Amino acid sequence: MSETDIQIKKKPSFINNPRNRAIFYQLLLLIGLGYFFFSIISNTLANMEARGIKTGYSFLSSTSGFDILMTLIPYDATSSYFQTFVVGMLNTMLVSVIGIFIATILGFLMGVAYFSKNWLIRKSSVVYVETFRNIPLLLQVFFWYSAVLATLPSARDSLSVGEAIFLNIRGFYFPKVINEPLSILVYIAFAIAVVAAVCLKIWAKKRQDKTGLQFPVLYASLALLIGLPLVVTLLSGVPFQLEYPVLKGFNFKGGVTIIPELIALTLALSIYTGAFIAEAVRAGVQAVPQGQSEAARSLGLKEKKIMSLIVVPQAMRVIVPMLNSEYQSLVKNSTLATAIGYPDLFTVFVGTSLNQTGQAIEIVFMTIAVYFAFNMSISFIMNQVNKRVSHIER
Amino acid sequence: MKFSTILTGGLTLCLAIGAQAATLDDVKNRGMVSCGVSTGLAGFSQKDENGMWSGLDVDVCRAVAAAVLGDDTKVQYKPLTAKERFTALQSGEIDLLSRNTTWTHTRDTSLGLNFAGVNYYDGQGFMVSKKIGVTTALELDGAAVCIQAGTTSELNLADYFRENKLSYTAITFDTADQTRAGFESGRCDVLTSDQSQLYAIRIGLKNPADALVLPEVISKEPLGPVVRQGDDEWFNITRWSLMAMVEAEFLAVDSSNVDNAMKNGSPSQKRLLGSEGDAGDKLGLDANWAYNIVKLVGNYGESFERNVGMDSPLKIARGQNAQWNNGGLMYSAPIR
Ligand SMILES: N[C@@H](CCC(=O)N[C@@H](CS)C(=O)NCC(=O)O)C(=O)O
Repeated sequence: MSETDIQIKKKPSFINNPRNRAIFYQLLLLIGLGYFFFSIISNTLANMEARGIKTGYSFLSSTSGFDILMTLIPYDATSSYFQTFVVGMLNTMLVSVIGIFIATILGFLMGVAYFSKNWLIRKSSVVYVETFRNIPLLLQVFFWYSAVLATLPSARDSLSVGEAIFLNIRGFYFPKVINEPLSILVYIAFAIAVVAAVCLKIWAKKRQDKTGLQFPVLYASLALLIGLPLVVTLLSGVPFQLEYPVLKGFNFKGGVTIIPELIALTLALSIYTGAFIAEAVRAGVQAVPQGQSEAARSLGLKEKKIMSLIVVPQAMRVIVPMLNSEYQSLVKNSTLATAIGYPDLFTVFVGTSLNQTGQAIEIVFMTIAVYFAFNMSISFIMNQVNKRVSHIER
Repeated sequence: MKFSTILTGGLTLCLAIGAQAATLDDVKNRGMVSCGVSTGLAGFSQKDENGMWSGLDVDVCRAVAAAVLGDDTKVQYKPLTAKERFTALQSGEIDLLSRNTTWTHTRDTSLGLNFAGVNYYDGQGFMVSKKIGVTTALELDGAAVCIQAGTTSELNLADYFRENKLSYTAITFDTADQTRAGFESGRCDVLTSDQSQLYAIRIGLKNPADALVLPEVISKEPLGPVVRQGDDEWFNITRWSLMAMVEAEFLAVDSSNVDNAMKNGSPSQKRLLGSEGDAGDKLGLDANWAYNIVKLVGNYGESFERNVGMDSPLKIARGQNAQWNNGGLMYSAPIR
């Protein structure tokens, strides 16, 4: 709608110009809203002042005074509340990323399994979806935590594999890899393998386009990615050391520990969300016209290839927007951490910190901002993915 | 959980709208005192099969209801976790918080709240399973410790282990039940909380005899009722309802002899019970405010023995909570 259009139609007066009016009303609304929020905020601040409630963000730099079960950055009771905030944020991110990863794999496997010719596989997909989609998530979190993991033996009677890997009620313990100077060679070998695998993929595609010959890229890349670093490791005399977890006093020390709270929450989140993703995948596959797979079949493609090359890529158009909202739900659902004491942002910040400082409004506001940012990022990424899959389709 | 977000939403809303009505008028209009208690802690605030609340903390709620409304049953109990309690009070969801809450400087000065007194002098301790063979807290190096979120216990624990150069992992739960379950399942070696609560939690264990409360007391935990700051009338009522219970015990007035003491008692008994003087009037209450408390709820000593003392499963000795003239810290300012 250009200016000239309006002018040609013999302009209405300035006041009657619909565009000016629209702008005017928008402005009015904006001022109204602005005033609304301004008065809420100033009123709240004045009332808090009157009631002797401390306000402001200065608490972020004061010492928290409490410890946290699991932290991805160094943290102890002398750290500040800002560090508490970061610890919580990272823990939320960790459980969300792992959860999304597992849920996606599980969801795609189960979604595709629905179309399997094998009765057992098909039915197990249905049973999985119907069971886990219909049980409240909180219950599932409790199930994994209290009914499954809490029944594991005590530290002294741990289940163990070769005195190196241990499982008990306090968590899952395994050896930690400690680098030596020569380790760098192995990492370089791995990087080279990655680059080589990518080149291989490009080369194989070109060759197939030209000659129609196929190359087993997947197996070749796997061989590269595992083989090359392995060979270098052996040649350089295994430049690693393993730090084994050992039982000292009450608990295992050393190695890597995965706390049961993280395991329970990740399991619950990914299995629950996986069921929804499976449904999305099923819907997406069903949305691809039958003619597509029939055509592929008449070209002589194998069933597996039809799924992976013809059907699923087209189904992605339907699946991706649904994935977007499932991922966002998963992030929000991760706040159920507080029910079992996994130290996510909600637990350590809205829970403990809020209670110790009493800065309810500031803390809840910051927390909302973080979840908002997380979900906006997911949305952004998924919208990019969406653009790509809709392009491929045409 | 999500409840705390909702509470905070409520807090924002009511702070934004403002206008702080007098709690006493609200309570009279409603005909009910809304009282925040724990989600279930034997001896302090606990609900029985019939939905009746009882306990030392519950008795403070009942005393206030008796003083204000003349009926100790006119209380609406709101079970709150440690994390929810202050927001619930700030937002006006409850009129009074009586939930084993420690009086600390931060809470008193920065939350917009006032502590109306102390109804139990406590200190933090440790409970361990007898199996692990520990007899003092100094042997707890490397232990996993179960603890409730948003408590003073969380902070004292960190201080104590740091001071004694011991390491530990803190396993933090939301409610007392979850904390107990964590201890029972073996997720942690130690449970820490105020000692009174350890005794209360211990009798809830499947096998109380397996658990041992260690001798160390690592902090001071004066527990008492809390009200919003800025409503002095309500603050006075809460403070003096508690004082009346303590003073009644000091003056040897209890629920069985209160009628006689009102008619024939000493001058200070009569002043307390309203047959002399105008103590009630000064609080904006009826003359028989304290009579109602003693008659319906009992004096502090009766409440103590019934809920946590020798007449209860907890069997806690009076200790610090005896009257000052019996070697304890319970001391009421004179009513005159
Ligand atoms: N007195 C301490 C601790 C109070 C506290 O919450 N203790 C736990 C003991 S594990 C409790 O009473 N929980 C009961 C509930 O959550 O309802 C404080 O004020 O911070």
